Amino acid sequence: MPIELKMPALSPTMEEGTLAKWLVKEGDAVSSGDILAEIETDKATMEFEAIDEGTIAKILVPEGTDEVKVGTVIALIAEEGEDTSPSPLVGEGQPSEARQGEGSLQPAPPEMAQEPAAVPSPVAADAAPPSPVRGKGTSAPASDPDIPAGTEMVRTTLREALRDAMAEEMRADDRVFVMGEEVAEYQGAYKVTQGLLEEFGPRRVIDTPITEYGFAGVGTGAAMGGLKPIVEFMTFNFAMQAIDHIINSAGKTNYMSGGQMRCPIVFRGPNGAASRVAAQHSQNYGPWYASVPGLIVICPYSAADAKGLLKAAIRSEDPVVFLENELLYGQSFEVPALDDWVLPIGKARTVRSGNDVTIVSYSIGVGVALAAAEKLAEEGIEAEIIDLRTLRPLDTAAVLESLRRTNRVVVVEEGWPVCSIASEIVSVCMEQGFDDLDAPVTRVTNEDVPMPYAANLEKLALVDAAKVIKAVKAVCYR
Amino acid sequence: MARAATSKPAAPKPAPAKPPPRKSATPALARPAEPTRYKASKDQLLEFYRQMLLIRRFEEKAGQLYGLGLIGGFCHLYIGQEAVAVGLQSALDGDKDSVITGYRDHGHMLAYGLDPKTIMAELTGRAAGIARGKGGSMHMFSVEHRFYGGHGIVGAQVPLGTGLAFAHKYRKDGGVCLAYFGDGAANQGQVYEAFNMASLWKLPIIYVIENNHYAMGTSVHRSSAEDQLCRRGNSFRIPGLQIDGMDVLAVRGAAEVALEWVRGGKGPILLEFKTYRYRGHSMSDPAKYRSREEVQSVRDKSDPIEAVKRELEKAEVSEEAMKATDKEIKSIVAEAADFAEQSPEPDPAELYTDILVEGR
Ligand SMILES: Cc1ncc(C[n+]2csc(CCOP(=O)(O)OP(=O)(O)O)c2C)c(N)n1
Ligand SMILES: [Mg+2]
Repeated sequence: MPIELKMPALSPTMEEGTLAKWLVKEGDAVSSGDILAEIETDKATMEFEAIDEGTIAKILVPEGTDEVKVGTVIALIAEEGEDTSPSPLVGEGQPSEARQGEGSLQPAPPEMAQEPAAVPSPVAADAAPPSPVRGKGTSAPASDPDIPAGTEMVRTTLREALRDAMAEEMRADDRVFVMGEEVAEYQGAYKVTQGLLEEFGPRRVIDTPITEYGFAGVGTGAAMGGLKPIVEFMTFNFAMQAIDHIINSAGKTNYMSGGQMRCPIVFRGPNGAASRVAAQHSQNYGPWYASVPGLIVICPYSAADAKGLLKAAIRSEDPVVFLENELLYGQSFEVPALDDWVLPIGKARTVRSGNDVTIVSYSIGVGVALAAAEKLAEEGIEAEIIDLRTLRPLDTAAVLESLRRTNRVVVVEEGWPVCSIASEIVSVCMEQGFDDLDAPVTRVTNEDVPMPYAANLEKLALVDAAKVIKAVKAVCYR
Repeated sequence: MARAATSKPAAPKPAPAKPPPRKSATPALARPAEPTRYKASKDQLLEFYRQMLLIRRFEEKAGQLYGLGLIGGFCHLYIGQEAVAVGLQSALDGDKDSVITGYRDHGHMLAYGLDPKTIMAELTGRAAGIARGKGGSMHMFSVEHRFYGGHGIVGAQVPLGTGLAFAHKYRKDGGVCLAYFGDGAANQGQVYEAFNMASLWKLPIIYVIENNHYAMGTSVHRSSAEDQLCRRGNSFRIPGLQIDGMDVLAVRGAAEVALEWVRGGKGPILLEFKTYRYRGHSMSDPAKYRSREEVQSVRDKSDPIEAVKRELEKAEVSEEAMKATDKEIKSIVAEAADFAEQSPEPDPAELYTDILVEGR
């Protein structure tokens, strides 16, 4: 039997890719380690190496083919002394079903295993409808006061929006610079700083060694000294090394100095669970930082919000913790084509209007809430969705105003339940909205466990639309 | 510009006092003997070959399973660095010594003789995995074998290993801790806090820097003001040695010297192994920071497995013996992969177990 070479998954979230180039041809002998092909993902071009020895018997997917699904058989390798005719099992360019049918203990097919964990399909795909603000589906569109009518909208990934925000602010203000691990030459571990080194040079786009505590302190000191640093953490899990400077040095300077000493710095990077990266790499720090007076904490969902709020964060005179989400980086949203799109810090956004229940969320949880709302609408429940966008200061007025109309609140949070943003919202509703409540405020969060690695356990640990739907029905007594 | 005069007129300068004869407060830094290449018997050589080949083939298979979506998240392969783990761990006393490392941990587990099946099953996130599917590639442990992980935060294992060494000394169990970390990790501040304590308290620890020349996309020269990492212990009076990490016999030779030093109660020692990772940092690294030629030239000129093969030939080990080993390894790895694919996922109830030892 020839060995089937399958389209590899080259990153935790890859589902398909482009077979850019074959570096071998039929009949070539290959051995372990030889580079067979170049494969393009949304993030990068990668080399695909041979594992087995043998001869390339047949190339099934020609180079230049787009959207080749992970797991598709792309070529056949014949082992020494084998017949090189293709296996009858496999048709040209078809994904191999052979493996999936074998036995009941089989794991999910590769496509499933690679699905980004917390993202329900409707909002996850790049092909998803534009931000529901501009009216889609059954409910009336909520007006976003921040976009002037008639503005041209450009589909932009979250990744690009963040980069554009930094680039625009760097063009406008020489005090702004970026530093962090792999931000310059590598173009960012998640490619968020792509192109910045080229435009602004090594004086302003600076690769650091792996020393979070050190460079967070250096950044904080530079801010005290009059600069406006953007410190990127490869992920916020690693900012725990540096949390002392974020809280004790940056967060308290203004207060302790009686307002004399400023610390205008932005700490940014991906936060929350990614996909299958287990306990030490899957945590939501929103509630941690949001508990600290002296910090501003921003945690956007859409690209437009990310851009407008990152620009505001860079301009702020206060230290800002800016929490992004890796699973959202590749998602596209409509971003207004304005020269200077800046949003107010501390203001929530109504993402979807409805009168039956208020769903409060932020970051990737908004996507989960949107997916749930669509399903709920089919059953006649119109949910209003509020994206907090800023976690500190919290826009409690927006939550309470919506509560006054819907009389029910469900909070959706991709993070732990205990001492969470959800807990905070519950408490605000109790203290200030008690008379408006027709049902207990309910939290839908991740399970109260460290993130497990196993695919099935990870799925169980995370918030999803089904859990939201259940909670909404419960508070609606349906 | 003239300096403003101070109020007092300058007094006539006294003749400069002769500096007192320099006397260092602490004695000169003692150093171990220069290590020599280990003289392995035929059987030992064949065993080194077997273990290194097992790591290589296991990692290749893991890469393949990742490509099929059976392994998820981050997966860091050890291909190219096999001689380091095998050379060092073959010298340990399995009954008392301990090992700790970072996320690039499959090789260290295998070099410890742990069952490839349970390691591969951990990679696929199955109940039969060594961490019951909860840890994955980066977080593997075997307390039974005193293998303390498997840590995802760069540098964290260095003070943790120092703590393991503290426990060895405290209990007087005669054990030594081997703490591995990378060239990139060598820049974390906590490494030096640990060095200082280990040296002050003469803790039995061997610090092992696996200098594979890159930390993700940053070459050691771009990240380190002192890129001769073996010198990094000097300010803490920890002697350092720089060794060819592609030569398993050189590695084992260094292990002998280091173990003698540490077991002799002289405190910590630092070993820097020059090695190389053939693959990207993790599966999703396009590796554009180095040329294909650079990688190929290391493979062609200094592959650690080819090097042992040459030693085996010199020792007149027959081609058949090597081929038999190749075959054996191939079947072990295939079996591990089948096991890892076939065994069931953890029971859903496992989500809530092991959070605390004593419940809530
Ligand atoms: C504190 C911390 N910062 C950043 C990371 C992300 N990260 C994981 S591995 C790595 C590179 C480490 O390189 P090195 O120490 O040389 O080890 P190697 O990967 O080469 O084995 C980085 C930056 C992390 N896991 N922990
Ligand atoms: Mg390295």
